[in-house]
Amino acid sequence: MKTVKINQPVIPVGPLHPLQEEMECFRLTVDGETVTDIDMRISYNHRGIEGISQSLQFDQVPLLVSRICGICSASHPLAYVQAVEEIADVKLPDRARYVRTIVAELERIHSHVLWLGLAGHFIGYDTVFMWAWKYREPVLDMLEAITGNRNNYGNLLIGGCREDISDDLIPKMLTDLDEIEKKMDMLIKAVTDDPVIHARLKGVGVLTKEDAVRFAVTGPTARGSGVDIDVRHDDAYAAYDELDWSVCAVPEGDVFAKAVVRLLEVLEAIKIIRQAVKKLPKGPVKTNVKDIPPGEGTGRAEAPRGETFHYVRSDGGNRPVRHKARAPSYVNVPSFKASCIGQKLADVTITLAAVDPCYSCTERLAVVDKRTDEVLYDYNMLLKLSREKTEEIRRHA
Amino acid sequence: MNSEELRNKLSEVKDKLIKTEEPVNNRIYLYCESESSYSVNKFLFEEVPLRFVIATGIDGDGCFEILYHYSYDQTGCVVNLKAFIRDYDNPQIESIAPFLPAAEWIEREMHDLLGIEFKNHPDMRRLILSDDWPEGVYPLRKKVTK
Repeated sequence: MKTVKINQPVIPVGPLHPLQEEMECFRLTVDGETVTDIDMRISYNHRGIEGISQSLQFDQVPLLVSRICGICSASHPLAYVQAVEEIADVKLPDRARYVRTIVAELERIHSHVLWLGLAGHFIGYDTVFMWAWKYREPVLDMLEAITGNRNNYGNLLIGGCREDISDDLIPKMLTDLDEIEKKMDMLIKAVTDDPVIHARLKGVGVLTKEDAVRFAVTGPTARGSGVDIDVRHDDAYAAYDELDWSVCAVPEGDVFAKAVVRLLEVLEAIKIIRQAVKKLPKGPVKTNVKDIPPGEGTGRAEAPRGETFHYVRSDGGNRPVRHKARAPSYVNVPSFKASCIGQKLADVTITLAAVDPCYSCTERLAVVDKRTDEVLYDYNMLLKLSREKTEEIRRHA
Repeated sequence: MNSEELRNKLSEVKDKLIKTEEPVNNRIYLYCESESSYSVNKFLFEEVPLRFVIATGIDGDGCFEILYHYSYDQTGCVVNLKAFIRDYDNPQIESIAPFLPAAEWIEREMHDLLGIEFKNHPDMRRLILSDDWPEGVYPLRKKVTK
């Protein structure tokens, strides 16, 4: 009998796809409904940040790297300043370490809740999306009250933090945290008990522990597969070693496990912030760092998506001669080769979303009336509105 | 393993290294030539074992350097293996992606941006540069020829 070779169909997801916030392309080879191979293409939005960084001065780079990602805009500069502080052997003021911890954990809460909302949206469960967006808002308000910005906080300097937490803010932060915790408890219980979510997420997109090690994944992607690594614990920075908290890891490796890890981490983050706010030491929030001597340093921070790693080399001048930044998605995304193959096509979007992939974000906005071409809100107007809102939040503290 | 045991374990590959440094606590730098990079990397990933973090390609002084960053999570130690590629005009090194899939992307990236050839890489397509970018122009080199 003559055999006919039939090419397997390829289904492209991306570069522009309604379920994705950013540009990336996954080419799924399918046999019927089952995915048999996946090819990934990134870099539709490469901005050459490592190259730009080498043309900036050391103290300008934190603002640049905070723009690598709008969501992880505390983690990237944190890893960078820690690398430079390692070269210059900087002793940080205690208060700075605590403020860094608080901002980093607030970022973790809003990022995990954002992921939960998107995950709900991906499986067609938009109630979760609405809840998540609503309960994330007070966290962003708190970040705005501390740093002046909802995202892109720009709060990190080599040798400390730009903005301090004012004492007037602390009582309100504590009551807000109680409120946020109550809402999160409700949300977490609703999500983890929901039979629809169980049916859609359990046993889906399993990444085994062996594959997690082979692909060297980090963050909730690793901890959801039973690899209990967490830079905050393993190579403690900021004030994490002085606070009581635990690393959340579960062994199953499916999308549900990754969701559980993130939800537990939200509760741990609230616990960390509450302790840090109560123990906040008195004193300055920055120290003056003059020269960066020749040398090389590595800095890392546990971003919501996993370990953010920065390597900096200095030749004693005022600019880094080499600066390498690695975002956690760079190692998490290739693990789709292990977690997506063998899946049903319908489960692939949530499996792709399960590592919370982040390529680049942050857009600028102007509002224009289409009929008259009149600019209703320009940059300065938005800046003014934004400042007024920050003042408003702080006044209510 | 504690830090001391890790140091002892790492000293098993001493013969293949130029030198070892520990400039600050919990940060170890190993130096080797490109020829021994494959076997040292294999030792670090499979036998110590360490977690691969990323690699950094550097256009150094008349040579290329590749820093392979590893993490030993039990003690939070960062182990950096620095491999020197002395032939600047024709930089080549053995790929570690055949046993370490996590290194596949970063080797493609270094190939794009610095023009380093990775021998035996399973899939050496472009990762960062677009398809219509001219051949032989490497944007992260010190001297970019147009």
